[in-house]
Amino acid sequence: MKTKQNVVIKGTKDGLTLHLNDKCAFNELLEELKEKMDAVNGQEHGSIITVTVQAGNRYLLDEDIKEITELISQREHLAVEAVKSNVMTMEEAIRWKEESEVVSYTGRIRSGQVLEVPGDLLLIGDVNPGGTVRAGRNIFVLGTLKGVAHAGCYGDDEAVIAAGRMMPSQLRISRYLNRAPDRYEEEESLETECAYIDDSNQIVVDRLQVLKHLRPDISTFKGGNHVG
Amino acid sequence: MGEAIVITSGKGGVGKTTTSANLGTALALQEKKVCLVDTDIGLRNLDVVMGLENRIIYDLVDVVEGRCKIHQALVKDKRFNDLLYLLPAAQTTDKSAVQPEQMKKLVDELKQDFDYILIDCPAGIEQGYKNAVVGANKAIVVTTPEKSAVRDADRVIGLLEKEEGMEPPKLIINRIRSHMMQQGDMLDVDEVAAHLSIELLGIVADDDEVIKSAHNGEPIAHNPNNRVSIAYRNIARRVLGESVPLQQLEDSKDGFFTRLKKFFGVRS
Repeated sequence: MKTKQNVVIKGTKDGLTLHLNDKCAFNELLEELKEKMDAVNGQEHGSIITVTVQAGNRYLLDEDIKEITELISQREHLAVEAVKSNVMTMEEAIRWKEESEVVSYTGRIRSGQVLEVPGDLLLIGDVNPGGTVRAGRNIFVLGTLKGVAHAGCYGDDEAVIAAGRMMPSQLRISRYLNRAPDRYEEEESLETECAYIDDSNQIVVDRLQVLKHLRPDISTFKGGNHVG
Repeated sequence: MGEAIVITSGKGGVGKTTTSANLGTALALQEKKVCLVDTDIGLRNLDVVMGLENRIIYDLVDVVEGRCKIHQALVKDKRFNDLLYLLPAAQTTDKSAVQPEQMKKLVDELKQDFDYILIDCPAGIEQGYKNAVVGANKAIVVTTPEKSAVRDADRVIGLLEKEEGMEPPKLIINRIRSHMMQQGDMLDVDEVAAHLSIELLGIVADDDEVIKSAHNGEPIAHNPNNRVSIAYRNIARRVLGESVPLQQLEDSKDGFFTRLKKFFGVRS
């Protein structure tokens, strides 16, 4: 006779939530989960119910998640939507932090030099021809961009590139690429511009002001009063 | 304790050797004790430009491999009284004959006896470049106002800036043709300097006399009247810490173009 249940099933308006005990041994947990799943056998009726698994303070390996998902998915009317856990590894946390932070760099990226950051890049300086800047997310260059910029280099189509003077030899966003015109006119690109992927999967260069509407997510400013 | 200055460019044919020979001569004219080191092993020619080719007995590789003492390999320039020496490169082997540590030891040893050690770097950024740079504490980047040369200079500056114990490199723009610059057929001095954004040490005009003097094995810096010679002498004075204004490119006249540009508010 168990005093405490390791698997608690709760129904919400969004479906079922399975709360898993994070203190017991994992195989005990699996056993009980299997029992519970067998128990619901026979109650099957028409519509599919989504299931969210809440693992609490237990760290789940990918294979653990797979095992849990498989156990639940055996019941045809149950679909696992998410397996959540409060815990992440140090490695994941660092990656998460890196991918979401803006890295600033002061200096000039010269021919042959490559600057790569996992998140956003703020370059306070120029990129000379032959130099390359690469970022997992957006690239902002305060100076002149004459070299190559590759935003969203791990496959983020939403990434943008902005530069004080946009005179790149090549722009790349995610897996798309755009070459510069063969020569720049002197008067061109005197104002800050941005590049993004438009609806037809082309990289286009436009006024900086359009960013606010196209990529509102770039703004992380929260709270306070916006005066004016 | 002397200073070791590497003269490099990345691209070949922009005038590293000419600059080494003339800067060395100009520094010697200022009563400094100078040693020129040719690190272009296998393709030496600083000795030819200096007119010292047939006095070579030992070379850099002989020194490094212990076949002779440093002072035995140094070739003295007879035009000076014990001020200018050349350590020639070997012609029979290649760049891999010397390791960076050996070069550093060699340059450190030369620093004891000389005020300035000018290291003439081979073109490229491989072994020869590494050997030339390792012992230096200062660097001069030579470029011409051509896109390809500027691109390579940019690359080399990037590498030099990463070098430990190296002061920020300085720039010499060589072989300037002022009429082409004025017509906009060539990058102008401001453009090159802005692009590379390092301190400009001097500008040198393109002059037939330079080729002639190299042909005769007498560096042009010996000639007190030539404009290129004066440019190199000015550079030498700037190396010594004096503040000397840049040479006027076009002889005297504030040209028609300059006035026209000023009139239209174009930065010249």
